[in-house]
Amino acid sequence: MFNVQNLKHAYNGTEVLNVAAWQGEQGTQWLMLGPSGSGKTTLLHILAGILRPTSGSASVAGQELGALKPAELDRFRGQRVGLVMQRLHLIASLSVMRNLLLAQYFAGLPQDPARAREALASLDLADKAEAFPHELSFGQAQRVAVARAVVNRPQLLLADEPTSNLDDARCLQALELLQAQARACNATLVIATHDQRIRARIPRHFELKASS
Amino acid sequence: MNLATISLGYLRARSLSTVLNVLLLALGVATITLLLLATSQLEERMQRDARGIDLVVGAKGSPMQIILSSIYHLDVPTGNISWKQAQEVARHRTVKKTIPLALGDNHRGYRIVGTHHDYVAHYGARLAQGELWQAPLDAVLGSEVAATTGLAVGATFVGAHGLGGRAGEHMHEDKPYRVVGVLAPSGSVVDRIVLTDVASLWAVHADQHDIKDVARIAELLPDDEKELTALLVQYATPLAAAMLPRYINQNSDMQAASPAYETARLFNIIGVGVDVLRGFALVLVFAAGLSVFIALYNALNERRYDLAVMRTLGASPARLMLLMLFEGLLLALVGAVLGIVLGHALTELLGFALAQAKQVTVTGWSWLNAELWLVVMALAVGTLAALLPAWRAYRTDVAATLARG
Repeated sequence: MFNVQNLKHAYNGTEVLNVAAWQGEQGTQWLMLGPSGSGKTTLLHILAGILRPTSGSASVAGQELGALKPAELDRFRGQRVGLVMQRLHLIASLSVMRNLLLAQYFAGLPQDPARAREALASLDLADKAEAFPHELSFGQAQRVAVARAVVNRPQLLLADEPTSNLDDARCLQALELLQAQARACNATLVIATHDQRIRARIPRHFELKASS
Repeated sequence: MNLATISLGYLRARSLSTVLNVLLLALGVATITLLLLATSQLEERMQRDARGIDLVVGAKGSPMQIILSSIYHLDVPTGNISWKQAQEVARHRTVKKTIPLALGDNHRGYRIVGTHHDYVAHYGARLAQGELWQAPLDAVLGSEVAATTGLAVGATFVGAHGLGGRAGEHMHEDKPYRVVGVLAPSGSVVDRIVLTDVASLWAVHADQHDIKDVARIAELLPDDEKELTALLVQYATPLAAAMLPRYINQNSDMQAASPAYETARLFNIIGVGVDVLRGFALVLVFAAGLSVFIALYNALNERRYDLAVMRTLGASPARLMLLMLFEGLLLALVGAVLGIVLGHALTELLGFALAQAKQVTVTGWSWLNAELWLVVMALAVGTLAALLPAWRAYRTDVAATLARG
């Protein structure tokens, strides 16, 4: 489903990522582990198609990302990839519902409020559709961010440190939520984390070494 | 969900700054609209009132004063001219037509103008009621005079000495005017005056000449003692323009004034004030543009994560650029429309004030095509203000922004 070969990335001449090979099947769930600075976020961004690697190849859902023109890559990302960021980044000036519709709009998909409501309902947020992000608790906001990532039924769901700021109980909840949502749309799930608490919950691991 | 809903969401989120920006722009646009409407209407009305009058002959004095007093009925006359001298001008071979004017009295601030029937015909005014004057002290009211004073055919009124409508004027109680006709609105200066025979003004002051039979005043008053205030002249030939004014100014104690030249001069003088106001309005518009720019530029910082997130959701850089431009345009459009509405309202208000002062009328209920250019200008300002923020939005580095937090 995704396939990474000889991937290298450097910022200003300093290598921050070096991956020989990594692939995963459709529907599998992965933990991408490694200490801070090992390039977890960089690799996640490359898989999401928001960063082009310095060298090497990355393909997602059979599509070589490097072969796509910028506009095609934008559309591909919008339709095939869901991204949940550590800092959630909901659009504060738009309601929860509109945050979800925004994902459909920018992905170039028809706007489907019914699907958005369905995604919200599956995350127990049905009554928060018209709320604004500042009216939500952190847990609710995180669920909205997940709903926004899955509203387009992506094939690849990426999450960056989704549990690192949560207590143990919430940590498990958040993880289960991501797993359930990924399973619901048969998406491949990749969670970048250094949170040791969830190691045992997902068997497939990919370890990144801190670059020298 | 589209660019408009997103923009509106942002504009609502910082409503204070939005209101300020819209207001700044609206005030600038309103001022320019007011100036456009007022000057174009004034110019049009002044040109209409002076149409077909090539020369005005009055007593020696300021030519502009002569034009203002005898065509627009705004200023006081420079003095009187002798009837005999005016007759000489009327008989001059380069003169096609003349209309005499005798001023000096008013009724409740409206000037009583002694003249010929030609004056009514010249302005194309039509009677709404009654007939034109036949004898001294018959009066025909302009439409506005009739409407304000409530006088109708058959009513009588007393003229007050002077032109102002000031308190304490001497009233000619013993020589009341009788209304014989009311004119329909003509949109010209005729609406704001009371018309009568030239002889009426001689009749009102007949006591000075010990004449009792005012109906025959024109016959009884010696020609030497007859006076006029001004003479409106139409040339028979364009050559007259070169000869007649000089002939009058050199060979008589009268003064010739050209309406075309004097109104042009007047607009030059008013023009300075208009230019200053217009400059002020442009400063407002410029300040609005700057304010929109600053608002969007600051917003860009607050929104850099939003922009990055939109990119992760599939938005192309061009889409983000459009989003910023759209926001600038939306502000500009609302400001421009509000400004034009406000400008028309202010013009109408100015029209009320001028009507109270019995001056030229101005209305907010008219549209100029130049206002479309105002909208275009405002949109251009909005676009310019949004250009740099839009470019920076276009250049958003998604991965770097998200990696930072």
